[in-house]
Amino acid sequence: MNCGPWAGKLSANINEMLNPDLKLNPKIFDKDVEQIPIRQGYGEGLLLAGEKDSRVVALCADLTESTKTNLFAEKFPKRFIEIGVAEQNLATVASGMAAMGKIPFIASYAMFSPGRNWEQIRTTICYNNQNVKIAGSHAGISVGPDGGTHQAIEDIAITRVIPRLTVLSPCDAIEARKATLAAAAFVGPVYIRLAREKTPVMTTEKTPFQIGKAQVFFEPKENAQVGIVGTGALLHNALLAAQELEQKGIAVKVLNLSTIKPIDEDRLVLLAQETGALVTVEEHQIAGGVGSAVAEALAHLYPVPIEFIGVHDRFGQSGLPAELLKHYNMDVESIQSAVKKVLKRKR
Amino acid sequence: MATSSSTIKELEITANEIRTSIIEMLVLAGSGHTAGPLGMADIFTALYFHTLKHDPHNPSWEERDRVVLSNGHICPVLYATLAHAGYFSLQELSTLRKFGSRLQGHPHRDFLPFLETSSGPLGSGLSQAVGMALADRIDSGSSSSRTIYCLMSDGELDAGNSWEGAMLAGKERLHNLIAIIDRNNIQIDGFTEDIMPLESLRAKWEAWNWHVLEIDGHNFEEIIGAIHQAKAIFEKPSVIIAHTIPGKGVSGFERKYEWHGKPPNKEEAKQALNELRTLGGKIVSEHQ
Repeated sequence: MNCGPWAGKLSANINEMLNPDLKLNPKIFDKDVEQIPIRQGYGEGLLLAGEKDSRVVALCADLTESTKTNLFAEKFPKRFIEIGVAEQNLATVASGMAAMGKIPFIASYAMFSPGRNWEQIRTTICYNNQNVKIAGSHAGISVGPDGGTHQAIEDIAITRVIPRLTVLSPCDAIEARKATLAAAAFVGPVYIRLAREKTPVMTTEKTPFQIGKAQVFFEPKENAQVGIVGTGALLHNALLAAQELEQKGIAVKVLNLSTIKPIDEDRLVLLAQETGALVTVEEHQIAGGVGSAVAEALAHLYPVPIEFIGVHDRFGQSGLPAELLKHYNMDVESIQSAVKKVLKRKR
Repeated sequence: MATSSSTIKELEITANEIRTSIIEMLVLAGSGHTAGPLGMADIFTALYFHTLKHDPHNPSWEERDRVVLSNGHICPVLYATLAHAGYFSLQELSTLRKFGSRLQGHPHRDFLPFLETSSGPLGSGLSQAVGMALADRIDSGSSSSRTIYCLMSDGELDAGNSWEGAMLAGKERLHNLIAIIDRNNIQIDGFTEDIMPLESLRAKWEAWNWHVLEIDGHNFEEIIGAIHQAKAIFEKPSVIIAHTIPGKGVSGFERKYEWHGKPPNKEEAKQALNELRTLGGKIVSEHQ
């Protein structure tokens, strides 16, 4: 998704617009930017969390390799429980283990967990206030060829609506590893949204990560006219769109919203005040997702016009990720159009 | 192991007091479930007044046995038993289902922290107990002295989640886990075998590698004996299918599924309490 015609012919000054405090990947705009699946970061983070804290246990519903839980399972076989294809059991067994002081990490595809087992997550984990971490892999439409049954584009909506549940959506594998470690250290239920495909690495080992903190990744020298709030791997498309627009004379600031709940209201208000118009970008249904969360926050704190990039009340289908992102209007071009549209709505 | 007749007599008296409390609570609450709580009063009594390792004065004692009540709607029997066992005052029972009460309509740990879990939505308790048993095994190996109990209804065996938990427990050979099924043959819509047949229940559990015991759920010697036997089984989890009479102890309520989900009104409660306080007319009630 990073191989558009703009890639590779960048002037150095675009990189200067990357927030220097965040020590982002200097190759972020390069055609050959390294690509790693976000779920890989989960697997590595889980292994590290397991090494740090013996209370960490992992459970998986017959997708151990696919969710990268295998890294933990191989190192700590006695602390790994294979549940089989039973996601309701996955959530409820984890709740019981947490009640005994364990820190269970449960992993499956987001469509099945938190999809199929939503009520068990709601009641036995969140209502019960158990310290369970829920990893939903293969979220978003770019799951690709598997088709609509396996493309979770409702998971943000159904998780952020549950009281007590923290919702994380890392943008790349490195951030996913940090998010997983942060989730292990955090006391309380956490949902971590992961993706299947290899996606561009935007952050580095040195990039700070904190639950609840949104970060400005891209900041033009002149005053930004529009702010983009992106989450997950699609943030890279937002950055590419911002870069293209910069060359067309439209200054755009890009925010990485890696914690969807609790949402960083202060940072959102600041961005709304600075730019006066926003575009939200997510591989998720427009209803109930990041766009809704941003709109809910700003509607009463600092209302500005917002355009929403995401899936508009439709199911996914088979195809290559790039084909699907184009079809559902989540490609770089669509993001640019949304920026231009919201610019016109500005007063 | 035989239980002495004096002990059994005491347990019978306690169970009768718990049944009395259940009726008193329900009539004040004006809503709630009647049949299940009355039917499970003997098993709750046997557990909390005889078998369980627990300490009402130190509810968070690490070495305590764990009791997961899966079918949360029978919580009047849980609350009444806990109060009679000394976890809180009997007076508090009158707050059931009221605003601000710790005794929520279905049990909630936020309100009553010494509950092992919150419950209500059916079919999820066994899996939580399985998780507890797995965690216990990680911590203590096979020498753990803690037992994890799951109290569940027969109706909730309609739910797939129940069987997911049963399969995992069988696979993991969780000998520290004992499930007790309230086999009262009723659920809200009618008799279990009409709504969704469960038989042969024994064969189903045996197929998942469980040790199965069947008892009269109102006979203390059988209840206590079955738990002793279950604890002695080392290779498997055990399930006790406890045949109970829904509404047990109040003749007008017994075996009627209509009493699954409603409380008695004042007149019905008066008759029920009279029956319980006179032990079915065998003695004269001091309340008369």
